[in-house]
Amino acid sequence: MPKNCHTKNTNNARSQMIHLTNTPIDTNQILTDVQADEAGAVVLFLGTTRVVTDGKVTKSLDYECYPEMAEKKLTQLEDTARSRWPIIHAIIHHRLGHLEIGEASVAVAVSCAHRRDAFEAGQWLIDTIKEEVPIWKKENWADGSTEWVHPGAETPCEKPE
Amino acid sequence: MIQVKLFAAAKQFAGTETATLNLEGPVALHELRRMLIKEHPALDAILPSARIAVNTEYVADETLVNESDEIAVIPPVSGG
Repeated sequence: MPKNCHTKNTNNARSQMIHLTNTPIDTNQILTDVQADEAGAVVLFLGTTRVVTDGKVTKSLDYECYPEMAEKKLTQLEDTARSRWPIIHAIIHHRLGHLEIGEASVAVAVSCAHRRDAFEAGQWLIDTIKEEVPIWKKENWADGSTEWVHPGAETPCEKPE
Repeated sequence: MIQVKLFAAAKQFAGTETATLNLEGPVALHELRRMLIKEHPALDAILPSARIAVNTEYVADETLVNESDEIAVIPPVSGG
């Protein structure tokens, strides 16, 4: 469908809005795609790579997922968000594979008629993604060790160099 | 034979992305957890805090599974 076609977003187009990708997230394209004539607000969240965590320095990250379930969960979360807020477009892109410092791991963009809904829906989506979606991050620390990040697991999942 | 997908630290500790249990169903997930640790003792470090997904949905430990189910160990997630 051409970009200048002023028709309502259909369910067919929506399935392209959730994307697990091994290539860098294109935030400009996301911002273009999430806008709509009816939207007075666009909110974009980017998960960026924090360099220092609890005194340890990150060299790079790796992301792994359970693909079928991750896509399913992201779609379920979007459906839930749409049932709670009047979302026009929602775009969720998550990186997989190897990320260097400075690369975004996730982008969550929503457009709504009004900003309060856009802020609330965007926040709920990223908060819930972080709790529910089967995607995992591995830290590659500057000292050469690597560690799967599993919040709440009793034993550190650290592998020395 | 019941196959269980392993991810992240679970895969790392067990040294495989698929655990195979010599079981025929139906078996409750809490029993499956015990069998996994028996087969791969290193999983003890992560399994207690992990959820288990059956056919790509989180389910309670009372759930019964058999060979035809897709079962996955889901350690605490860290995406986003």
